[in-house]
Amino acid sequence: MWTFLARRVLQTVPVLAGISVITFLLIYYLPADPARMYAGPSATVETVARIRHELGLDQPLWVQYATYMGRALRGDLGFSYRKQIAVTDLVLSRLPYTLALTAAGIFVELIIGLPVGIASAVARGRWADRVGMLIALIGISAPPFWLGLLLLYWFGFRIPLFPLGGAESLANLVLPALTAGLGGAAWYARVMRSSMLDILSTDYVRTGYAKGRSRLMVILRHALPNALNPIITMAGMDIPWFIGGVVLVERVFNWPGVGRMAVEAIETVDVPLILGTVIFTALMVVVSGILIDLVQGIVDPRIRHSRH
Amino acid sequence: MDMPEASYGALAWRRLRRDRAAMFGALLVALLALAAGLASVLAPHDPAEQFRDGLTPGGLPVPSTLLAEGNPRFLIGTDSNGRDLLSRILYGAQVSLTVGVLANSLAVTIGVIVGSVAGYFGGWIEIGLMRFTDIMMAFPTLLLAMALVAILKPSLWIIIVVIGLVYWTWIARVVYGQVLALRERDFVTASRALGASRRATLVRHILPQLIPTIIVWGTLGIATNVMLEASLSYLGIGVQPPTPSWGGMIQQGQSYYRTAPWMVIFPGAAIMVTVFAFNLLGDGLRDALDPTQRGRA
Repeated sequence: MWTFLARRVLQTVPVLAGISVITFLLIYYLPADPARMYAGPSATVETVARIRHELGLDQPLWVQYATYMGRALRGDLGFSYRKQIAVTDLVLSRLPYTLALTAAGIFVELIIGLPVGIASAVARGRWADRVGMLIALIGISAPPFWLGLLLLYWFGFRIPLFPLGGAESLANLVLPALTAGLGGAAWYARVMRSSMLDILSTDYVRTGYAKGRSRLMVILRHALPNALNPIITMAGMDIPWFIGGVVLVERVFNWPGVGRMAVEAIETVDVPLILGTVIFTALMVVVSGILIDLVQGIVDPRIRHSRH
Repeated sequence: MDMPEASYGALAWRRLRRDRAAMFGALLVALLALAAGLASVLAPHDPAEQFRDGLTPGGLPVPSTLLAEGNPRFLIGTDSNGRDLLSRILYGAQVSLTVGVLANSLAVTIGVIVGSVAGYFGGWIEIGLMRFTDIMMAFPTLLLAMALVAILKPSLWIIIVVIGLVYWTWIARVVYGQVLALRERDFVTASRALGASRRATLVRHILPQLIPTIIVWGTLGIATNVMLEASLSYLGIGVQPPTPSWGGMIQQGQSYYRTAPWMVIFPGAAIMVTVFAFNLLGDGLRDALDPTQRGRA
């Protein structure tokens, strides 16, 4: 298990290095001038030039990259041009909100998606299955930001059950989590259904029935644990999309997370903050990928040994 | 190739025609294409015109005649600039479908090239290409697209290219997996044994096997790309006003969602119907082209 984990962590090093290079190149070719943004609209040409020099923006690309990475490895991602605060501090202050929203959203995905998928597989071909899958397909097709605004309109404004935005209490988390999770729930329902259908036709499920176990027991004890495998794989593929979706949800609900900060950073060409947020979110993706592999390694021991 | 292609196609077509959900999806897609193509004929008004009676005396958008008592001139109401919502939605279809179709064509082209070259040639080419694909996939999709569009300055063409550039990785992964399996097959060995070069084998024998995948992803991918365009436009980094785009209309409507919910409801419904239509059709195509997958997700 430990070698598996170590190998998996090592594999992420080139990925993270690649991410930092690509992000850096993107920003280097940004048409807007960060020194001008930093200096403000009324600054003279000389001031802008001095700031460009102070920020090291007049250095060759590879020197800028080496300097940045040297600091980044020590946990220093520079200062936000706009806010004059350390990027690491800014991101870390927002990170708990994004993590809470992500966790709550994934909870919604699973708590709705898995039971619907199982029920649909068991009722295969009957109307419950068809209606369930139709709703799932509609759920996949609804834009999350639209869903969020509709939930906000109905359950925040018309029937004031939940707050209209902000992040003061747990009640603030309900609508954003639903918004972030409903589309994914529909995906999981579809994958769960097809995975369950595969398992329900295997010999050991038939054996379970032959032993006289009840239908519910066979489904929960024999079929479900095996049907979960594709779900875990799917979770790994889902996370980059999920985190992208969180950006939208944070915008709808004015949720003070990393995603909203990233949007602001891109709008204001706050280079260190763009780099920092992108690298942090990519780090989140990579770390969740490792976690998912670990879970899969625990659930299915074959994987630990078969992966190169 | 000896494979009876016509009969495979005919069988798939027959299966597709019998799939009522897929045919409904196809009908919706056709209607949407028609709406987009004939927007200038169908739209009751100029989508950019700000009508004096398009705002209430209090300066608010006029509600839809379907939801409340509005102005019969504006069937589904107006936006906060007093513009006709229906006309804007019809013109918005042009943007959505153009971006969806063209961006996906780009993504499928890149994905098929990268996936098949990596899968077939193997070695360093495989490691290099698939590692690069992994890196691109580790970026949160929407954030990467946002950063790219912001850097390149939003325009219709830039958005098409950027969405194509962030979406191809998924198709590359699928194609790569298929080519890995295909390259071990006898007809590939036979082609090589008969003296065909590796490139010729890839183009003439492996690529035709990928056509079902290309058709399925060519349809399902449009759904995803329509959604990506709408998301970018909603964040204000997509298609720029005054060009009407569904995502942009929702962004504008967000400030009015309590007083003028129709500004949000209708453009969002348009996005949902479009994405739903391509998903239905794509699912049906997958079932029809690969019967072993039938009845599954």
